[in-house]
Parts: sequence; C-alpha cells; structure tokens
Amino acid sequence: MPLVRLMRRPFFWILALAIAVFALAPVFGNNVALREALILDAVYITLASNLNLMLGYAGYINFGSIVFFGLGGYTCVWLVNSYHWPLGASLLVAGVCVSVLALIFGLGILRLRGAFFALATVGIVEAVQAFAENFTPWGGSSGIYLSGDIFTPLGGPARALWVIYFMMVAVMGLSLYLSYAIKSSKFGLGLLAIGQNEDAAAILGVPTPLYKALVYSASAFLPAIAGGLYFFKSAFIQPSDAFDLTLSTEALVVAMLGGQGTVAGVAIGAFLYEELRGYLLTSSMFANFQLFVSGALLLLIVLFFPGGLMGFIYRHFPRTQKVLE
Amino acid sequence: MLGVLASIIDGVLVGLVYGLAAMGLTLIWGVMDVINLTHGTMIVAGMFGLYGLASAVGAPPYLALPPVLIGGFLAGVLLYWVAVHRMVGRPPLMSLLSTFSINLMLIGLGTSIWGTALFNVEVALPGFSLGRYTFPGAHILAAVLAALIAASLYLFLQRSRLGKAVRAVANNREAAELVGIPTTRVLAITVGCGVAIAGVAGMLIGTLFPFTILSGDSYQLKSFVVTALGGFGNPVGALFAGIALGVLEGAVTPFVPVSWTLVIEFALFVLVLVVFPGGIFAARRGAL
Amino acid sequence: MSVLLDLREVSKRFGGLQAVRNLSFDVRQGEILGLIGPNGAGKSTLFNLINGVFAPDHGRIIFDGIDITGERPYRVARYGLARTHQIVQPLTNLTVLDNCTVGACFGRKNLPLARAHEAAREAIAIAGLENRAAMLALNLTIAEKKRLELARALAAQPKLLLLDEVLSGLNPTEVEHMIGVVRRIRERGVTILIIEHLMQAIMGLSDRIVVLNFGQKLAEGLPAEVARHPQVIEAYLGDPKLAAELQGAG
Ligand SMILES: Nc1ncnc2c1ncn2[C@@H]1O[C@H](COP(=O)(O)OP(=O)(O)OP(=O)(O)O)[C@@H](O)[C@H]1O
Ligand SMILES: [Mg+2]
Repeated sequence: MPLVRLMRRPFFWILALAIAVFALAPVFGNNVALREALILDAVYITLASNLNLMLGYAGYINFGSIVFFGLGGYTCVWLVNSYHWPLGASLLVAGVCVSVLALIFGLGILRLRGAFFALATVGIVEAVQAFAENFTPWGGSSGIYLSGDIFTPLGGPARALWVIYFMMVAVMGLSLYLSYAIKSSKFGLGLLAIGQNEDAAAILGVPTPLYKALVYSASAFLPAIAGGLYFFKSAFIQPSDAFDLTLSTEALVVAMLGGQGTVAGVAIGAFLYEELRGYLLTSSMFANFQLFVSGALLLLIVLFFPGGLMGFIYRHFPRTQKVLE
Repeated sequence: MLGVLASIIDGVLVGLVYGLAAMGLTLIWGVMDVINLTHGTMIVAGMFGLYGLASAVGAPPYLALPPVLIGGFLAGVLLYWVAVHRMVGRPPLMSLLSTFSINLMLIGLGTSIWGTALFNVEVALPGFSLGRYTFPGAHILAAVLAALIAASLYLFLQRSRLGKAVRAVANNREAAELVGIPTTRVLAITVGCGVAIAGVAGMLIGTLFPFTILSGDSYQLKSFVVTALGGFGNPVGALFAGIALGVLEGAVTPFVPVSWTLVIEFALFVLVLVVFPGGIFAARRGAL
Repeated sequence: MSVLLDLREVSKRFGGLQAVRNLSFDVRQGEILGLIGPNGAGKSTLFNLINGVFAPDHGRIIFDGIDITGERPYRVARYGLARTHQIVQPLTNLTVLDNCTVGACFGRKNLPLARAHEAAREAIAIAGLENRAAMLALNLTIAEKKRLELARALAAQPKLLLLDEVLSGLNPTEVEHMIGVVRRIRERGVTILIIEHLMQAIMGLSDRIVVLNFGQKLAEGLPAEVARHPQVIEAYLGDPKLAAELQGAG
C-alpha cells in the first residue's frame, strides 16, 4: 500500500508521535541513564517486531532470530575494524548481506513446515555460532575488540553515544513502519493467509515458498543493522554474546506478550517486558530467576491469553481495533 | 580393521541409548501430535537423579533406575496437566510454545540451583576386551538396559489393554472416545511414559558421559534426528535409527572438531526432513 | 465448443490404492460438467490432481492450451483455475472480506489490493454473504462457510471453477439458494466442473455428466443417458436409495 494511503490512517500518526517522544525523552536534561534504558527497549522492539513478521503474520516460529542480530553485529564490527569502513556503510552492508544470507537459508529450510521449521531455526543458530567460533578473521571464540578511536568520526565518545541512540531509534521506527506497511499490503495479506492455512493459501494462488523466503529475509534486515549498532556501541563482539539464545527467546516472549500479529502490541509488549525485567534484575530474590520468569510469563500467555495484550484490548474495547493496528 | 569394528560396536551400544531417548519423544509425538520441547531437560533430570543417588547418597548407580522411572512418570503426568492438556487439538505451534516455556522455567531453576558445572558419575564395571580394544562395562550394561526397556515398551503397546488403548487414541481420538476409552487419562499416561523413558535414557547416558544442566539441548537434538530418521510416531523405527546415529557418530567423531558435530547432526535433520518429509521409515498411519 | 480442460490418461496411486486410473475426459468452454461416483471413487483426488495439490503419476492435464501437469497449486491458480474444498478450509482469523480478497489478489487477474477489495465484494454479493463481510470466518455457520468457499474461488475471477460437494450438509432451502448461485456464476461465463452426491440437483444442473467408479470412468454423457446407463445403475445399486434417485432424476 502506498505511503500516502498509510498516512491517511490515524495509526500512522499515533506511531510517529510515539517514536518522536521516545527519541526525544532522554534529550531533555541530558538524561543518560534513561537513554541507556531506552536503547535496550529499542533493541527489543526491533527484534520482536521483525520476529513478528514471521510469527504473527506467516505463522512460523523462529527460535533463532538472534542470528540476524549477531551476524549483523559481526559484519559491521569486522568492516569497521579490519577495513576502517565508516559506520553507516558498514551497517548498510551488514543489513544487506544478512538479508541475502537469510534468503538463501530461507529457500532451504522454509521447505519445512510448522514445527519442523521451528526446530531447524535452532540449528541455524548452532551452525552460525560454530562458524563464528572457527572463523579466524572474526577472532574465533575470543571475538573482535574495536579500538578506542572508532568514536572519533562521530565526534568523540559522548556525542557518539547520542548519535548511536538516534540511529537505534530510527531502526526501531523503521521496524514498526515495516511491520505496518507489510500488514497493510498485498504481501501482508498473502502472509496472513499462509499463517492461517498454508495449503488453502497456495490453492488461492499465494506463492507460498517465495513469500515465506521473502519475509524471512525481510525480517533479517533491520535486526542485522540493530546488531551492528549494538556491538559497535559496546566496541566488542564474541560468539557467546552475539548468538545468545536468551535474546531470541525474549523477543518471542515480547511478541507474544504484546499480541502476535499486531504492530502496536509488540512495542507495548517490549516496553512492559523491559520494565518487568528491570524490576527483577534489581530485586535480589529474582535476579537468578530471569529465565524462569520469562518462561512462566510465556506459559501464562500461551495458556490463557494467546492473543496477548492487544488481543485482550481488542476483545474488551472492540473499537480500538480501528485505531491501534 | 579391528578399530573400525570396535567403533561400530561402540556406536551400536551408545546408539541403543539414543534410540531409547528418542522413543520417549516420538511416543508423545505419535499419540497426540505434540512436540515435547522439555525432552532434553527431562533427559538431564534423569542424569541429575542418577547423580543425586549415586554420588551424593552413595547408592550403586543402577539403583537409580526405578526412582527415575517413577519420578519421570509423575513429572510427565504433571507436564500433561500443566502444559499439554489445554493444547491438544489447538494449532501444533501452541503446544510447541507451551512446552518451550516450561523448559525455560526448568532450565532457569536448574541453572540457578546447580550452575553450569560439569558433573560426572563414576561407574566401576569390568569391561569386555576385543584384542587391543576394551568396551567399557557401563556401555554394555546401558545398551542392554536400553534394549530391555525398549522391548518392554513395545510389549506394553502391543499386548496390554492400556497399550492398546494408547494405540487406539493415537489412531483416532474421537473413535477411541466413542468406544469408551478415557482418552484424557490415556493421553496423560502417554506423556508420563514418554517423560519417564526420557529420564531413564538420561540416567543411562549419565553413566556414560559427564554432563551439565545444559546438556539437554544436544541430546534433544539427537532425539530429533533419530525421530526424523525413524519416522514420526514410530518407536521401533526410533530404536533402529538410534543405532544408525550412534554408529555414524562413532565414525565421524575422530575427523571433525566437537563444535561441528552438533551442526552436522542438525544438517542431517534438515536434510532428512527436506528429502523424506515423513521420516525415512515413513510413518504409515498408526505405525504405533 | 472449444475444450477448456483436457485430461489425458491421468493416474494417481496412494500406496496400494489406485485412486485414479487412466482417466480421460474434457471440459468444454462454458458448460457445467457434473462429476459423480460412489464414495471413494477418486473425485476429490482428481480435483487435487487438476489444481496441483498432487502431481499425477501418469498422464497429462492441459488447461486452456497450457500443460499444467505437476504445476504447483499457486501457479495453477494464476492460470485461472479456482476450487472449493469438500471439507471447508476458511482462513479462520481473517474476515470474510479478507478471505475473498486473498482469492482476488492472487487469482487470475493478480489484482492490486484496492481493486481486489472491489472484486471480493462483488463475489460476496453473488454468494449472498453481504451481511457477513466483516465477520471472522471462524464465526460462520457451516452453510455460510460453504458459501465463503464459493465466494473466495469466485473472487479469483477464474475461467474454470471446480466445486467439490458445495451442496452437501445444507438444508433444502440452502440447497435451492446454492443452486441458484451456481447457475448465476455460469451465466457470467465461468465454466464449472462440479462434484455432487445429490442426484436430483446435479442432474438438473449439469449439461453433461461423467461417472467415476474405482478411479475409472464408468460413463459419460447427457444426464438422461447416464441415468439409464446399466453399469452406472449397477455401481450405485450398492446404495439402493441413490439408485432410486438416479432413476427418478433421469
Ligand atoms: N492423501 C491421500 N493419501 C492416501 N489416500 C488417499 C489420499 N487422498 C485420498 N485417498 C484415498 O483415495 C480414495 C479416493 O478418495 P477421494 O477423496 O478422491 O474420493 P471421493 O470420490 O472424493 O469420495 P467422497 O465422495 O467420499 O468425497 C479413497 O480411498 C481415499 O481414502
Ligand atoms: Mg470427495
């Protein structure tokens, strides 16, 4: 659906406003602590929202969405470190490379249906991690350290962190708009049909293998860039951080919590989850039980609120469906 | 020549245990189309049961078998009521997510209690020598026990009243309900059996190799590979496919770094599924 | 009349069961061709072969001059072939309108979304589901789901429509209504191949009839000819009620 048509809907502007508030909130009073918290939210929203393209639209569970994030991180950090590429170009190349790779993987493993695909995605993480651990240009299992002067082109460390923050918020915003644009397009309708009943969709003419591979590839692009930014910011990357399955799992919890298949829900879910996690991390009793709490939360959602938060809101306030998508 | 033969024999011994583990997964899968993602963790639970009884209490290792079997059964029935019961008949992805979340909870608890340290249970049994090669006694006994348990499961499914009810439910749940089989109870018992088998297999693996709380992932993967090779919902196929995987692993291990074994097994899993969508020993309906 | 769909010695085996055996017949432009036969005769399997769910073991399927043997279902849909399912397959969590829009978007015309909405509304109107357009497909009654199947196939603006038992499970009023809908679709120039067990209905509706038994063609001809065909009566004698109906209808 063309942009102009999207802009006629109220949700477009609600989203724009929310993103603007998000971007500017830490600027007032130079609130660095808030900025650091929000940049993590932005990562969660980016991951969950792109995961949602697969999960909520096409109905495919991807347990390994973290590979996109990690591979993007590696590609970007490597280009910056070994070839002294500027950040912007490295990010873009990371995004494109990972998308192309996802397309190739996708054409292979998306021949597996339903649960088998979900199982295979775990394998992709294992394979990519094993590759990173054995690939010498990427420093093997000790990873890559960036030197301190990488922030100089961005105007020194203090300013660079702000630049990275705004870039991360931009990536988040693009993720949400990508979700929204796909949902309101013919492509999105085809995906939703696949998610409901893949055989029926194919019989209605939806080119299922192509669409699945395309959405898998699309769902890789922005997470790869987010990974690039994230690991550029930490100036360090190693396999166990880059391909940490907990982050994939959390993205899944976030998407389910907010309401799979909705654009706004994923953002709200990420926010709620981060709040909860922040609380758990600071309370001494729960600090060790993060995984347990994620699991319990997911179980409750799956058992009692399969539509997530948005499903709940839609059910009790049907009119919100027209405004929040 | 003798070396090859020895590694094949050892592969068969270990493979029998892998096959047993996979039977636990495939039983649940075949009867109710639920993929139990706690499978790996249940295997690990069996290992820790063994550790608790053998190392901490000092009992002979194989005495852990009955308590692990019973504990596994009870855990399975509980798992059924918490995570599976509401999912039967809903889209299969939902049961995948519900067992996945239970697994997260268990792993979260396990790591906060035991950390990720390596545990080892020493089994002192005389080995069997063939020329220069010695097969550890633990491997032989584990294989024999695995074969015995697999055979009893087979007999249970084929001969006993309850086993026949399980097969009837697997074939056609509505019809089974109509002829008066209490399907819900049968499903709960099936999950109980599946988890008990996973636990016992884990206990046996614990007598062979050291383990951590996170070892479950790789054994779960092996069960998936075995299930794909053996045909979904086909316990007998699983046993043979387990042997095949054990032999393959024995043959491949000397030549590839450890971090790649898992990847190779995954590649095998994907390949098998792409080429034979129903498993190689294709699941005839009601293969159970 | 020109031939739209041409089946040439098509066969399909499932394990030990020969579901369709050496079957040849053709569907002519603009006609309604009825396909009948006892349960398990291979009628639905034939539909699955035509629209690419299964590839036939032998034989060729020519649609509108194009060899579509073994093509994937979504390619077949693009050529202008749409179908309904004997066991309804609604996209449950989408609205009736969206269900039909999928059909229109990805069918023969490959319409953009906005135009597809119009086509979908038109199809919904023909199927008589106007007041259900905004409803989720899972909330429809079984009769409405059958009509949704039809509307969705129709929205694709196909050249040939395959209807698999759209009348079964409907009450007499609903059957009357559905027959009217099928007639109207034909009047719009769509060729129809229809499977049906209700003899009265199909004999009245079809221009010609093909009879299948054990995957083979038993008879082919005008409804009246087929109804008098001794082998057809024999095949149906396993079911005396149907045999009686057949005689009555002929
Ligand atoms: N996917 C399949 N795998 C195995 N056997 C199948 C499959 N589909 C159909 N069959 C078998 O092929 C035969 C023909 O089935 P089909 O559904 O084509 O019959 P039909 O003529 O449509 O019958 P009905 O009037 O009951 O709908 C049946 O014996 C059926 O069991
Ligand atoms: Mg049929």
